[in-house]
Amino acid sequence: MKFVDEFREPEVIAKASAEIQRLADPNRHYRLMEVCGGHTHAIYRFGLKDLLPPNVELVHGPGCPVCVLPMGRIDDALSIAAQGNVIFAAFGDMMRVPGANGSPLQHKARGMDIRIVYSPSDALRLAVQNPEKHVMFFAIGFETTAPSTALTLMRAKKDGIKNFLVFSNHVTIIPAIRAILDSPDMRIDAFIGPGHVSTVIGCRPYEWIAKNEGRPIVVSGFEPVDVLQAIVMLLRQLDKGDAKVENQYTRVVPWEGNRAALKAIGEVFELRPYFEWRGMGFISQSALSIRPAYAEWDAEKRFQVPGVRVTDPKAAQCGEVLKGVLKPAQCKLFGKECTPEHPIGALMVSSEGSCAAYYNFEYRKAAALAGTPS
Amino acid sequence: MCLAIPAKIVELYPEDQALVEVAGVRRHVNIGLLQEEQPAAGDWVLVHVGFAMSKISEEQAQDQIRVLKMLGEQDAAEEEARNYGLNDS
Repeated sequence: MKFVDEFREPEVIAKASAEIQRLADPNRHYRLMEVCGGHTHAIYRFGLKDLLPPNVELVHGPGCPVCVLPMGRIDDALSIAAQGNVIFAAFGDMMRVPGANGSPLQHKARGMDIRIVYSPSDALRLAVQNPEKHVMFFAIGFETTAPSTALTLMRAKKDGIKNFLVFSNHVTIIPAIRAILDSPDMRIDAFIGPGHVSTVIGCRPYEWIAKNEGRPIVVSGFEPVDVLQAIVMLLRQLDKGDAKVENQYTRVVPWEGNRAALKAIGEVFELRPYFEWRGMGFISQSALSIRPAYAEWDAEKRFQVPGVRVTDPKAAQCGEVLKGVLKPAQCKLFGKECTPEHPIGALMVSSEGSCAAYYNFEYRKAAALAGTPS
Repeated sequence: MCLAIPAKIVELYPEDQALVEVAGVRRHVNIGLLQEEQPAAGDWVLVHVGFAMSKISEEQAQDQIRVLKMLGEQDAAEEEARNYGLNDS
C-alpha cells in the first residue's frame, strides 16, 4: 500500500479496499475496463492494483485520443503543412508522436513552422497575428475537447477569420466501447466510465451498455478513493447480477451532461461515416468531421489530403494493448525498442497512454529494485 | 491535454471571456460552455484547453488541485495555464 500515506482519507481507502476483497468472489475472475486514459494514469500512479485482489483485473481502454490516432493522420496533416505558407498548431502532446516520416517536432527541426498551443482559441489568435499565412489547428480529443474546437470555429466564422483551418481528428467514445464489446477476443465484465467526457455527454449515452449488453458501468472521478469506490459499485452490481449506469462523480458530472457543449458540437460537427482507430481498424460513425456550413475552415476540404495509411511497425502490438488483449509489458518492443525517450507507438508518448504509464511507474521501479539502470 | 485545471473567476468580460486566476497566474479563458450555469466573480470552474467546462465548488477545486499534485501533473497544468493566450496577455 505504498501511496496510502499521501492519500487524503487513508481510512476510506482501506475500507473501500476491504469491501472490494469482501465482494470479489474467489471463484470468479473479474475484468473491469477503465475506458479513460486519465484513469489509467491514476491507477498506475497510485499503485491501485496493489489494493485489489488478484482476481480483480483492470484492463486499459481506448480513451487516450493521442494513442488511438492512426499514424497516417499525422502524415496527412504534415503534408498539408508542407504545401507551404502554413503554420501547423497542435497541443504539446502531439509533438513527439511519430508519423511515418517523423514526428511534428522532427519536422520542426527540418524547418516546418510548427507551434505548440494550449488552447484552440490560441491557434485562432495565431491566425489573426499572421494574416499572410494559413494557421492549421490539429484538433484532437474526445467529447471533452470537441466543444472547445467547435466554439473556436464559430468564433472564426463570426469574425470572418479565413486563414484559420481545422484538421479534425475528434473522436467519440461510445462507438469505441461498442467496438470493444463486439470484439471476439475481448471479455469485459464491467466498465469504469470516463470522468471528463461525461461532463459533456452525461450518463444517458451509456444506458445501452447496461440495458442491451448487460454490463454495469460506473462513471468515476480521478482520486484514488473515486476509482476504488467505482470498483466497489461495479462489484456490488455484478454480485447482484445487476447492470446499471451509475455516477460516482456526481460532484462534477451532471446526468444530462453539458447542453451548451453538446449544442456547439452539433452546430459545427457531423459524424463521419467511418474513421480508422489505431489498432482497432475502421469504426462506423466514430469520429467528427466539420459540417459543410464551416467548409471554408476545414483543412481537409481546403487542401489536398493524400489519405496516407501507414501500418504500425510489425513487431509493435499497440492494437492489442489498446483493446486490452495484451498488457503493455507483453508487447515485444516494450522497454526495448520502444521507450518514452524513443517511442515507436503513441501509447508510449502520452502520459495517458498505458505503455508510458506502466513504464514510468512499474517498469522503472522494478528496474531500480533489480539494480539495473532504467 | 486531458487535464482539467481549477480556476477562480476574477472578472467577466463580453463575448464569453473571463479573467481567471489559474495555477497562480491570471489568464483569459472562454466561458461560452457554461451558458446554463453562468458563473460570477469568485466562482470556481474546471478549465480544459482554455475553456471552462463546469462550475465547481471551492472544495472540489481544492480536491482537483490535490489530484493534479498527486498525479505529478501539477507542473504540466501550470505550464498549460501560463501559456494560455500565447503568453502575451
